[in-house]
This record gives sequence, C-alpha cells and structure tokens, in this order.
Amino acid sequence: MNLTLKVWRQKNRKAEGKFETYKANSVSPDMSFLEMIDVVNEELLHENKEPIAFDHDCREGICGSCSMYINGRAHGPLKGVTACQLHMRSYSDGDTITIEPWRANAFPVIKDLVVDRSAFDRIQQAGGYVSVNTGSVPDANATPIPKDNADEAFNMAACIGCGACVAACKNSSAMLFVGAKVSQYALLPQGQAERQDRVLNMVEQMDKEGFGACTNTGACSAECPKEIPLSAIARLNREFLGASLSKKD
Amino acid sequence: MSEKLNSKIPDGTIADKWTDYKFKLKLVNPANKRKYDIIVVGTGLAGASAAASLAELGYNVKAFCFQDSGRRAHSIAAQGGINAAKNYKNDGDSVYRLFYDTVKGGDYRAREANVHRLAEVSVDIIDQCVAQGVPFAREYGGLLDNRSFGGAQVSRTFYAKGQTGQQLLLGAYSAMNRMVAEGKITMYERHEMLDVVTIDGHARGIIARNMETGEIERHAGHAVLLCTGGYGNVFFLSTNAKGSNVTAAWRAHKKGAYFGNPCYTQIHPTCIPVSGDHQSKLTLMSESLRNDGRVWVPKAQGDKRKANEIPENERDYYLERKYPSFGNLVPRDVASRNAKEMCDEGRGVGTSGLAVYLDFADAIKRLGKDEVEAKYGNLFDMYKQITGENPYEVPMRIYPAVHYTMGGLWVDYNLMTTVPGLYALGEANFSDHGANRLGASALMQGLADGYFVIPYTLGDYLSDVERKPISTDSAEFEKTEAEVKERVNKLLSIKGTNSVDYYHKKLGKIMWDKCGMARNEKGLKEAKEEIRAIREDFWKNVNVTGTNEELNQQLEKAGRVADFLELGELMVDDALHRNESCGGHFREEYQTEDGEAKRDDEHYAYVAAWEFRGENQPEELHKEDLKFDNVKLTTRSYK
Repeated sequence: MNLTLKVWRQKNRKAEGKFETYKANSVSPDMSFLEMIDVVNEELLHENKEPIAFDHDCREGICGSCSMYINGRAHGPLKGVTACQLHMRSYSDGDTITIEPWRANAFPVIKDLVVDRSAFDRIQQAGGYVSVNTGSVPDANATPIPKDNADEAFNMAACIGCGACVAACKNSSAMLFVGAKVSQYALLPQGQAERQDRVLNMVEQMDKEGFGACTNTGACSAECPKEIPLSAIARLNREFLGASLSKKD
Repeated sequence: MSEKLNSKIPDGTIADKWTDYKFKLKLVNPANKRKYDIIVVGTGLAGASAAASLAELGYNVKAFCFQDSGRRAHSIAAQGGINAAKNYKNDGDSVYRLFYDTVKGGDYRAREANVHRLAEVSVDIIDQCVAQGVPFAREYGGLLDNRSFGGAQVSRTFYAKGQTGQQLLLGAYSAMNRMVAEGKITMYERHEMLDVVTIDGHARGIIARNMETGEIERHAGHAVLLCTGGYGNVFFLSTNAKGSNVTAAWRAHKKGAYFGNPCYTQIHPTCIPVSGDHQSKLTLMSESLRNDGRVWVPKAQGDKRKANEIPENERDYYLERKYPSFGNLVPRDVASRNAKEMCDEGRGVGTSGLAVYLDFADAIKRLGKDEVEAKYGNLFDMYKQITGENPYEVPMRIYPAVHYTMGGLWVDYNLMTTVPGLYALGEANFSDHGANRLGASALMQGLADGYFVIPYTLGDYLSDVERKPISTDSAEFEKTEAEVKERVNKLLSIKGTNSVDYYHKKLGKIMWDKCGMARNEKGLKEAKEEIRAIREDFWKNVNVTGTNEELNQQLEKAGRVADFLELGELMVDDALHRNESCGGHFREEYQTEDGEAKRDDEHYAYVAAWEFRGENQPEELHKEDLKFDNVKLTTRSYK
C-alpha cells in the first residue's frame, strides 16, 4: 500500500518545528509501524536528507521508549498496544498518517519525535522505592502476601513508563503514572514503612515538574498500552489525602 | 594454561570456595569508600544492581546508559523467569543441583567455581528482590510460586507473569534511584561510552558521548565496570533491542581486555519468523510454549498446502520422532538445529520456507481452549498482533533467532578483565554459561554479579589503589579523547552512498549463514574474507548524515556497526579454531552419526581468550584450561 506521512520535524529543543510530508510507498501489511518509518528513513538517506529521529529500543512493547502520537492518539489506534507493536495491516492504501511527539510541558521535544522524559525518573527518585540495602533482607517467603494483593501490585507495576498517559491527557497530568507507582508499594507489605512519605514526596515532585492537574476524563487509562486502570488514580488520591491528614510536620 | 591468564579460582572444596574467599578478600574501610569513584556503564540488571549496591556501601558511582532512562535496558524484555535454588517446592532442588544442571547445560565449557558461586547466591537474589517490592507470582497461600524450565527436572523458576525481566529491572532501578536521591549515584542518560582510558595499565576512566549535544566527555574513576550486555546484534536480526551493541566491550578489548569464547551464541528456537526485507528485529515467543505445543513440518518437500489441509499421516513431528524421551522439550540448541535441518531439507513452511509449525490443536483438544488461553493467552495475542494469524485456529509458525551471547570479555573469579581495574558483569562477560545458557539463568547471573559478587571483589582491588581523585587532565585522557573524536569525524566525513543499515544487514546475513546455527570450515573461511571486504567498503562508502553536535542516530549506529564489523571476524576465527561441536557452537564436521554435537574434551576443554594485537593483525589465542573436579564430563543426550 502507499501512504502519506505528515511528520513533526524539529531540529533541537530550541528550534521551531513543523510538519513535513513524505510518501511511504510499497508498505507491506506485515511491517510494524516503526519498520515503516525505517523504510522511509532509508529513502531519505538515499536522497541525502536527514532521517526522522525517534526513540525506540526493544520493539517488543516493554521498554517504553516509543513516544509517538499517531493520528491524534498515543501509540496509534489499537488498545493496549505500543507503537512498535502496531502493524501496518491496521492501515489501508491511500491513508494519510500524522505523526507527532508527545506534547507536554514536562516532556520537552529534543528532536523530531524524541522527547525528554527525565521528569519521570526524578519523580521516582523522590520516593519510588523501598529503602533496603543489598543483603540485609529476610527470606523471601517470610511474609506471605495474599495473592489478590500481589496480582494487583503486579498490574500496577506493569507500567512501562512510556508517558502515553501524559500525552493523552488534555492537562498533561502524570497522575496515572504516579498512581501506578504509589499503588504498587501501597499494596505490598514491603512498602508500608515509607508509605506516607513516599506519596507526599512523589506528588510534590510531580507538581514541581510541571505536570497538570487531573480532571478525571480517563484518557490516560484508555490510551495506556499496559491498560493501567483508573483505580490507580483513585488510590493515589486516597493515599495522598490520608498521608496529608495524618502526617505530622 | 596461558601464563597471561590467572583465573584466581580459590582453593578448597567447591562448596567452600566462595565463603573462604570472601574472608580472604581485602576490605576498604567505610570512611575510605567515599574517596573512590566508580564508573558503571550500562544500567541493565548487572549495571543497576552493581551501581545501587556499591553506592549503598559508600562508593561514589557514576552510571551511564544510552537509553533515555535507566529503566529501559534490554534486561527488561526477559519474559520467562529467574532460577534460584530455594527448594521451596520440596522437589529435591539444592545449590549443588542448580550448579550441576548449569554446568551440564553449558555443555561442560563453563568454570565450575563460578557456576557454584552463582548457584549459591541465587537464593539471596530472590530475597533481595522481594524486599524491594518486586511483585513475583504467588500461590493462594501467599507464598511464592515457581515453574519449570528447559534443562531442569525441578521447579525453581520464579516469575512475574511474562515480564520477569521488567519487574526485576524496575527493582534494581528503584534501588538505584534511592541512591541517586542520596547523592551517591550520578546518572548519565543518553550517554554512550566510546572508549576506556587506561593509565599505567589500569582502567581509570572512560570517554563518553553526550548523545543529545554530541559533546565528547571525559569521566574518571578508580575502577570501571562494563555491564553492557551481549553482542547478538552482530547478526543484525536478533531478539536484542535495536540499541544493544558491542562497542563498550570491543573498545575495552582493543585496550587490552581479552575476549572469551566469542563464537558461543545462543539461537533461541521459538521466535516469530522473518516476514520480509523490512524486518528490523525478531520477537521471541517464550520457551514455555513447547510444554504444550507440538513441532512439525510436512513429510514432503515443498508441500505448499495450508497447515490444516495436511493430514496427520503426512506430518513429521520430528522432535518427538528423533528424541522420544524429551520430545518437544529438548534444550534450545538441539531444537534450533533441528528446525534449520528441516528447512534446509526443503520442508520449511510459510512463504519464505524458513519456519516450522508449533501446533496447539492437540493441547486445545486435551485441555480446552480456556485453559490454553489461561496459560498462554498473552503470547497468543502477541503472535496474532505481529503475524495477523490466530494461533487458536492455525498452528504458529516459528523459527530460531539469535537471542543471547555466552561469549564476552574474559574475566577472572573477581569479574576483572585482563585490564586491572576494568570489570565486566552480566552478559558482557563470558563466565558462567559455558557454550549454552539454560533458560531463566541470564537474569540470575546479571543480578548475582551486581548484587552479590562485585561488592566483595571490587574492594580487594581498590584497597591497593591510591585514594586521591583522578584528574581528567592527563595526557592519557587527552590522547583517548582525541582518538574518539578522530573516529567520529572520520565516520561523518566519508559521505559515501550506502546507509549504515545496508552494511549491518550484509554483515548479519554472512554471520547468520556461515557463523550461525551450524558452521563449517569452508563457510567460515569464506565469511572471514567477506567480512573484511564489507569492512573495507564501509570505511570508504558509508553515508552518515548530519553532524556530531546534535542528536544523530545515524552516527550512533555507524559507530556500533563499525565495531560489529571487527567483532564478526573474531567470532569467525574463534569458530574456525574450535574443531569440535559444543552447545551453541555446532561445527558440521564434528557430529555423531545421528547428527548430534560431538565434543572433544581432550583438546578443547578450555576457554579461548583472544588478545588484540593491533589493527589488521591476527589476534593471539590464550587458553584457560577448564578443570572438572565435581561434574563428570559426559555426552549430553536427550534421546
């Protein structure tokens, strides 16, 4: 099939960006979306033009590098799928596809489709861990954890930190991401000792990074490639409120 | 044994070596640890666990990764699980059994002492990860669940659904984040190490490129840890992440670190086949599928009928036929080789003819669709996503793909390379898996090295190193930086006609055809010449667009492919010199009458450690003899 691409091109953080139009010809339905861009890039190289820069690594939907906004949707049209696992059989001959980077003040564009998501790292440095040193730990089976809690903690931990939730949100809120991280630890006995400090510190850092407020539209969860549920945000609000009320300064 | 190699394997019985050795190792007193700077390159399981553990001890750590976040290293993609000799199942597991299985699974080409240590610390890893909040799968009683994996008769694999790698890495990454918050780790994301700096023969720093600005930076440290993963991408197509590369290890090699067993590569049997020339990488389908799936090809050559139209009596379930006792669950190397053999005979399926069927029809009949879905649902969905075919209705098509490299930088028992102060951890070293790695052992080794080995062995070296800060203003830093800059400029100035991928794909095809699942002398000799020719052409005709002073993904790729073009030749040399078949290294000349791998323990029970002798010079081979005092060498049989 033959496609038309409108791709956001931006030289660096400071430069002004704009859409450029490219033809993608002889696209096979078996190609992944990123392979389709690979092919376009090879052609650009042959014309001695600079290829489209985009973040990608594992191409298996787990590293969370992909950060493409495709026809107005984070990671494209399919539910629960990252851009690297999207295949061209989802498109038809003659389609026009618009590709942009994540748009959020807290995720500045570095180049073309590559954005700076280091704000996520800093939020986790503010409290997304259990303070335990290597070696000084009890036997793994010393504390049984109810299966339901363990499974729910896993569902929260499945977040791949891609930032689609922020990109999909009209306020660029990071509540789903932070909610998933806070939930994982709140559900496990290991996370209890630092439970209150964790949520307060992570939320404080989230605000500092310039993410917007949550207005419960649910776009984040709808677009999340790992389908993190909105209950993560509900739990985050509960944890935050509880910690704010009971924490003595 | 080569005089230049000292493996430093401690004396004593196998069970006491590590314990006794830990006591003998010299220590750095707590107040002095903060006077040492440690550079950790790579933040996968080995790098993140090492960085966090060393920072907790008080060292100042600088951690580097080429990804935009430490959480994205390719350890994240590991699906199946992590082995540990916990014996929670009461099924007869023990440290000794894990040790034994791993030495045997490695086809008797690993160091006994290292493997035993790995098995010993495996139990601590699980404790550590649980304490960090890693959400392992649990039973209804709240205790940890286990499953079984290839090459073992006990259930010792801990897992977190199909994303054990991500959960373990997030655990190590969280430990690292805590130390970042405490100011003990400085993170350098989007940084790529381009060379090691040695002063008076000791590793004292690295040259790294800031991938956003192009700035070439000097970083000094009292020791350098390479936790940079394997080199499977030399084949272009592999299950590795697109960014995975050999550059850090290869640069270290050219600075004096010997390369161990470069020809040992693991080809995983169950991957989704190549769909066309556009293919950029391959996707693994978990080995667990072979528990219920039946592998077959048509009996007749060139049978183009659809799978469901081929009657039962015209199908060849070749693994069940050839290996009645292990059937579809033979180890990875055996399963891969047999799939290749079927396709070479012209009985492969799919449009390319390079695939075999993995059929779940019987399993669905026996267990019901619901149970099959409960067990493998996410894998079936992934398969459907990628191929557009529904594996509940038609058999999966699978083909082997490069997955892991057992070879890597040669290290001694302390994980130190032949360059003092330079260490290699995880897949980047050669040490624990011999010629074939068992499933669920890669995660174990990465974390063992980082959490429980390097924190002890590093101090032994540092205790003799002067505690004053290392300046980056020395002539050595200047020289290495100049070399790196010259190389970058050279790549940018060629302005030829071919893309970097053009060369990478050409190299990959040669490696796959002639140094892949099966190798022979003639093919290897041809490969050597062909690789040289491609390398020559690369340096004349490659086109790298853009400049250094910006984010330039073509430039990043070009540097990596240039190193693969050198590594490829060494892999071929290694495969050519090893006149035997063992594990992932199958030389067609050395097979039994029924086509199985034929080891030559008398002549080849050694580690091949290659020394770089100068550009375009043949590398010098050093041999570390392997002694087996505990495990008896036998022929692996799965008949």
